[in-house]
Amino acid sequence: MAHDEVKHDYHLVNPSPWPLLGSMAMVVLAVGAVTYMKGLFGIPEGSPWLMLIGLGFVGYVMFGWWREVIKESKAGDHTPVVSIGLKYGMVLFIASEIMFFVAWFWSFFEFAIFHGARVGETFDVANPLYAEALQAVGGQWPPAGVELFDPFHLPLMNTLVLLLSGTTVTAAHHALQHDNRKTAINMLAITVLLGIFFTGLQVLEYSHAGFSYDGTLYGSAFFMATGFHGAHVVIGTIFLAVCLIRLMTGGMSAKKHLGFEFAAWYWHFVDVVWLFLFAFVYVIPYLVLGH
Amino acid sequence: MAMDQVSTVHDDHAHDHKPGFFTRWFLSTNHKDIGTLYLVFAIIAGIVGYTLSGIIRLELAQPGIGPLTSLMEFFGYSGDQAIEHAKHFYNVVITYHGLIMIFFMVMPALIGGFGNWFVPLMIGAPDMAFPRMNNISFWLTVAAFIMACISMLIPGTGQFLGFGGGWVLYPPLSSATGHPGPSMDLLILSLHTAGIASILGAINFIVTILNMRAPGMTLHKMPLFAWSMLVTAVLLLLALPVLAGALTMLLTDRNFGSQFFDPSGGGDPIMFQHLFWFFGHPEVYIMILPAFGIISHIVSTFSNKPVFGYLGMAYAMVSIGAIGFIVWAHHMYTVGMPVDMKAYFVAATMVIAVPTGIKIFSWIATMWGGSIDFSVPMVWAIGFIFLFTVGGVTGVVLANAGIDHILHDTYYVVAHFHYVLSLGAVFGLFAGWYYWFEKMFGVKYNKGIGYAHFWTMFIGSNLLFFPQHFLGLNGMPRRYIDYADAFSTWHFWSSMGYAVTLVATLIFFVGVIEAAVRRRKGVSNPWGEGATTLEWTLPSPPPFHQFNELPEVKPQGHH
Repeated sequence: MAHDEVKHDYHLVNPSPWPLLGSMAMVVLAVGAVTYMKGLFGIPEGSPWLMLIGLGFVGYVMFGWWREVIKESKAGDHTPVVSIGLKYGMVLFIASEIMFFVAWFWSFFEFAIFHGARVGETFDVANPLYAEALQAVGGQWPPAGVELFDPFHLPLMNTLVLLLSGTTVTAAHHALQHDNRKTAINMLAITVLLGIFFTGLQVLEYSHAGFSYDGTLYGSAFFMATGFHGAHVVIGTIFLAVCLIRLMTGGMSAKKHLGFEFAAWYWHFVDVVWLFLFAFVYVIPYLVLGH
Repeated sequence: MAMDQVSTVHDDHAHDHKPGFFTRWFLSTNHKDIGTLYLVFAIIAGIVGYTLSGIIRLELAQPGIGPLTSLMEFFGYSGDQAIEHAKHFYNVVITYHGLIMIFFMVMPALIGGFGNWFVPLMIGAPDMAFPRMNNISFWLTVAAFIMACISMLIPGTGQFLGFGGGWVLYPPLSSATGHPGPSMDLLILSLHTAGIASILGAINFIVTILNMRAPGMTLHKMPLFAWSMLVTAVLLLLALPVLAGALTMLLTDRNFGSQFFDPSGGGDPIMFQHLFWFFGHPEVYIMILPAFGIISHIVSTFSNKPVFGYLGMAYAMVSIGAIGFIVWAHHMYTVGMPVDMKAYFVAATMVIAVPTGIKIFSWIATMWGGSIDFSVPMVWAIGFIFLFTVGGVTGVVLANAGIDHILHDTYYVVAHFHYVLSLGAVFGLFAGWYYWFEKMFGVKYNKGIGYAHFWTMFIGSNLLFFPQHFLGLNGMPRRYIDYADAFSTWHFWSSMGYAVTLVATLIFFVGVIEAAVRRRKGVSNPWGEGATTLEWTLPSPPPFHQFNELPEVKPQGHH
């Protein structure tokens, strides 16, 4: 493809099967999810196998695709200008992730702050929808009967775990930059363990919740916001673990470790989202209720 | 920048190896091929969406529920059953007409098609920043379209197939109360998939534009189409994840017992409207901004003048994009929001008329005193300016909360957004098609057919949509299968307008086929010295990989 006379440093990628396969996987996953939720094409409701096949297919495509990226990086395709592009790309991806969390925070704040206004004093007193909604939450937020978590118990512990993992990942980065691979591997291993520890604590916390996910608005808003954060923690942990494996098998270098940097950025993003969750979902409602 | 200020590019190498058919079109990592794929896909999806609008106009040509009842009788239903099925089918048709035209016709054509083709060419880049990711953006769009089409054919509510709650997907119509069947779930996942595709595409465009401009091309020398794509991509990146959040809440409300939009659990269906329109309003700018970019180039090229107020044009788009994020609730004046909130949204909405006015007047100022060549793309561009202005003016009318209380959900709104989209974005699309056809495909189209296409389309679409203003002002509500006899005259003429656009569309395809059969060889720059952007320095069609040696833009270059 006329590569011999290319006089620029951009990366012209070879044709690849992964995009087409990935889209097929997406169709299988989506149709499988609908089958699982509703039953479709003669497959009964609650049968998860098509969805699981789709999920495996998606995972396979991700693995194959990113393995190819690592190969290209080793082959020297990631020139300085391409690396800058990749960095921009990761920053933009995180920006879109932030906007995803905006939706969850927005709904949480809407329900927390305006639960009274929606029926009460200022507008639309006559709207029966609102009267019903207010009755359902008992005229207060968090709704009557909801027993909140004590934020200075497990949630505070979790905050400290995540903040600590933020320092260890930075230490690992620092060590890697100074070509101190052993320290880098140790610190990164600690980070991964802290990530797993956070997930474990979160599961423990969920099992002691004084409210349920379904049937209560507070439960929906709480579990979806913290749950999506938890999912991102798991993704971030996997991301860091992949970097750990690459470090242990001799991949990455002191000068060039974009994958590591991206994992660290992602981890800090997850960290910051947690701080917002801790402040606005755990602490403030708890203090306002005066426990 | 003028062409002579750009160093000549050595791209006429004879060994322009293209991969084999399957590899080239299914595993592509080439921005031009992916752009072509997007255009072909948009044409296919456009035929589907356009057929759906034909069903709408056929049904509304006369009062009563006629053609669709006959259709349902054909499918074996009788009496009231046939009428009930006809009603639901009508709702399904309007819903999918909107969704398909937005997500699978206008966006793929303007952003995926022309954006992919011409952003790298205009900024002097050899390809997009992430060529492989570019391809998954395309194939995920296809996947989403397939899912949307399947969702039309599976149970929506009761015995009725497909989702019929309107493209805005408001609960409770879209929640388990309104459409408990799997159709809505698959539609939600289809939109998630289309959203992932668009977010990845947006990241690709932003990185390409920020990181891959030719040496010497500062942002303030970048062609306006690239500017328009940059703003569009930022809007996509920031708006779509919020829709994804709202759709996820809807999905869990429907299937896993969450209560976000269900008042019986304390939730609020209006919350969905806020989240939806926080995405939805930027979305309408996502559809029109690329057309703005295209029109700027065409007006400048055929007026033989640089575009008037280049920087003002660029920053007008930036401010339209920014303000677009803070006006969403003007779509929801009638939900019962406080007067203060309405006052804010009225004021913020009106502010958008300022940068939009800058664009309209700058186009006119570009033409002013120019030696205008009324070529095929230019008449489309002038048509765009005229029709978009009509839609913009009715937009200012609707921005007023007081007036909107009367006009909300009437045909006046339908006329308004079809003037800015079907007559705005789509005219921009056809303008771009005739502007770049020769560049993309290397053959010339028949100008006579191009003019015939324009005039039939211009007459047809105006006849289609202008009477809808009258219908709306007289109180005809949107999304109704039937209407009082008093509305029949203008509905009849509106449907006649559709028939004229049908002729126009046939002429369009005749033009494509004629060009494909005759194969008149295209030249690298058919438009003369008015065409100053980098794509005209390349052969038509450009080589498989262009700019192997990057072009250099000289510092003294002006726009």
